[in-house]
Amino acid sequence: MADQKASTRERMKGKAPKFTIPTDEWMDVGHVGCQGCGGCHAMRYVLKALGKKTILSIPACCWAVMPTVLPYSNLKVPMLYTAFEVTGASISGIRAALDVRGRSDINVVGFAGDGGTVDIGLQSLSGCVERGHNVFYIMYDNEAYMNTGIQRSGSTPRGAWTTTTQVGSTEDWKREPKKNIVEIMVAHRIPYAATASVAYPEDLVRKLKKGLEIKGTKFYHIMAPCPTGWRYPPEKTIEYAKMATEACAFPIYEVEFGKYTINKKPSKKVPMKDYMMTQGRFRHLPEKEIVAIQKEVDYDWDLLQKKEQWTKDFK
Amino acid sequence: MVRKVMTGNSATAYGALVSGVEVVSAYPITPQTTVVEKVAEFVSDGSFKGQYICVESEHSALASCISASQTGCRTFTATSSQGLLLMHEMVHWAANTRSPVGLVNINRAVGPPWSIWADHTDAIAQRDTGALNIFVESAQEILDMVIQGYKVAEDPDVLLPFIINADAFFLSHTFEPVDVPDAKKVQEWLGRYDPPYPLDPDDPHGYGSLTFPHQWYMELRYNIKRGMDKAAELIPKVSKEYAKLFGRDHGGLVEEYKTKDAEVALVAMGTMVSTAREVVDRMRDEGHKVGLVKVRSFRPFPQKELREIGARIPVLGVADRCYTYGQEGPLSTEARAAVYTLKDRPAIKNYVVGVGGRDIHVEVLRKIFLDIEKVKAKGLDKESVWVGLKRPPGEPPEVM
Amino acid sequence: MGKEKSEKRGRGEWKNYADLPPGPISMRSTRGVSLTGGWRTVKPVIHLDECIKCMTCWKFCPDVSILVRRDGYPRIDYVYCKGCGICANECPKECIVMVLEDTPVEEEPEGEAVKDKEG
Repeated sequence: MADQKASTRERMKGKAPKFTIPTDEWMDVGHVGCQGCGGCHAMRYVLKALGKKTILSIPACCWAVMPTVLPYSNLKVPMLYTAFEVTGASISGIRAALDVRGRSDINVVGFAGDGGTVDIGLQSLSGCVERGHNVFYIMYDNEAYMNTGIQRSGSTPRGAWTTTTQVGSTEDWKREPKKNIVEIMVAHRIPYAATASVAYPEDLVRKLKKGLEIKGTKFYHIMAPCPTGWRYPPEKTIEYAKMATEACAFPIYEVEFGKYTINKKPSKKVPMKDYMMTQGRFRHLPEKEIVAIQKEVDYDWDLLQKKEQWTKDFK
Repeated sequence: MVRKVMTGNSATAYGALVSGVEVVSAYPITPQTTVVEKVAEFVSDGSFKGQYICVESEHSALASCISASQTGCRTFTATSSQGLLLMHEMVHWAANTRSPVGLVNINRAVGPPWSIWADHTDAIAQRDTGALNIFVESAQEILDMVIQGYKVAEDPDVLLPFIINADAFFLSHTFEPVDVPDAKKVQEWLGRYDPPYPLDPDDPHGYGSLTFPHQWYMELRYNIKRGMDKAAELIPKVSKEYAKLFGRDHGGLVEEYKTKDAEVALVAMGTMVSTAREVVDRMRDEGHKVGLVKVRSFRPFPQKELREIGARIPVLGVADRCYTYGQEGPLSTEARAAVYTLKDRPAIKNYVVGVGGRDIHVEVLRKIFLDIEKVKAKGLDKESVWVGLKRPPGEPPEVM
Repeated sequence: MGKEKSEKRGRGEWKNYADLPPGPISMRSTRGVSLTGGWRTVKPVIHLDECIKCMTCWKFCPDVSILVRRDGYPRIDYVYCKGCGICANECPKECIVMVLEDTPVEEEPEGEAVKDKEG
């Protein structure tokens, strides 16, 4: 054993560390995100991919509070706080202003939560995408209105407990399936839409860098688990984000000008039951509901694979 | 300078064009529609070199103007009634972010029932937002005030959004000859919009973060008050400067007409002022000592000016083209507050008239003036009356 | 506005309404001000004997609290680390252990600097 230890040390001596994502940090320490917050990962990776010449527009969401209070901010790029529903409009305005002043080289990024995107923010997002502004729209998805205390959103998955879909004797967990925002974006003929996960930062960075080469609105749906709202110990954030993809509850894929490419195909599909039972928000679910949810997930995964097949010859 | 016959809506678009507006973001609504159409015409013929965003709602219109303004550009939007109410959240936001966005509001009644005609409810509802609120009575004045609006609003001690109000159809759709000043000369006078902290990756800041009760919300709001007070100082100054450069002076926060020896006066805003001027002239010819006070600036409110007028003229009739339920007409409420500290306060009677676009013709105003004279002779009977209302038989008419 | 006043405004040293910028504008970093290390009940300890410098811990830290030493090994920034435990959970060699906050920990001195930190 001692020999093995010595050999690892010896092997590593003088060796440079292996970085698989850019090393520059555009997010400083001292933000007040929860321990293990997936939203923090999302911001960190997005800024690493897009770099210094970036302006963020952030509506009401966890990230509107994480940089703390006046006069502080932990972000090293300009960040415009806006009202809840305006992200799509806000980034349109910033882009127009920068273009008028000849600064088309600066990235404009709307960084919103799931509520501020699929619910209250859907109108302005739709307008922005339809007009085709050259901007990035990042939705970090913690699957509820987490900042205001875990209320359900259109992105909350079926079966989840939230403070506005409490279980109780009437079994009032969320019955409706999660809104598929990427498909809504594809229906707008968006040039690029993709899902990504904080568990796969290299994939996220690659997709963002690809977006730098594409003109028009680029939409990213990032899975960002929330230990506080999903009811699991904070050290499991990355593990459970991975599990969501391996259970096909959150497939990682991209749609470029209508062509579907699935980036992660799980070799062994994890049953939804195993994925859901890791989190307190699902533990109340009876077998019948789990079976129904598995059926929905299977259907969506099957449909996605078919879409990949149908569009594989698109240029 | 070019002299053209055009509508108020066209004058609005020309005002934005010559002011060197860089981002226009607007949504159509009757009767503002020809404003956005005119801007689109400017885009199509190449005269507008900025960015024109055809947004999907008025709320998004002002939201995108605010973020463009924060980035450092001169921005413009236009709307009416429902649209202005929809963007109301953003009017607060524009003032609170200190964004000098230019907004022309074609005053239109608020539904339901649907009405597309002139009414001031939409503008008055922005009273508490911190936006400048100016009322005009001619297409020429719209154009001139859009330009002057940027001069005042972009002053580093002001930095507030400004709303120019023009009555639906009376101004938006009627034609008059308008002088369009030379764009180069206007933009030289205005200068480039240069905010102290534009959005810039080379100088990153957060804009609008959380703040606690013990710091700094109250101070930030106090600074908006200071900005508005500075605007009150600047509006008449800028008007005089503009007159020197471009030859037209529409007045300061108020404009008085034949009030020097007036025994009674009507205080009013918007296009009814034009009609009132005609009535004043006719009644003066008949020997009535009547005067007219045009309130141009509703926010900042001309407290000093009205107090000074109230000290001279013992009876004031205040006309409102809308009503604040549970109180009285808003202009009248504010006028009463302005004269409150006078030792010898004037009598003030509120005339609610023209609501929902009901025509305020010469005869109506004449009756109002006669009624104000009656108040002078016999004392105040009622504080607030609705003029021209269809009443049930037996109910006494408000104004004889 | 005087240069000194303008500089103080730029550092966020505000005492009254006259010191403020026109809008609610943030001026400085949370670094040095928001010491989130105080949140911890447990803290990570990296045992460098098994460490293969894969930087998985650095990659997955949500609080930017894993720094890279000049010898290429990771180091926990205990001033800001919140003790979430993700680094310990994700380390492929299981060389990060979560211990109680008040456990005394001695940090290994840095070795020779590696030439190139990029992967």
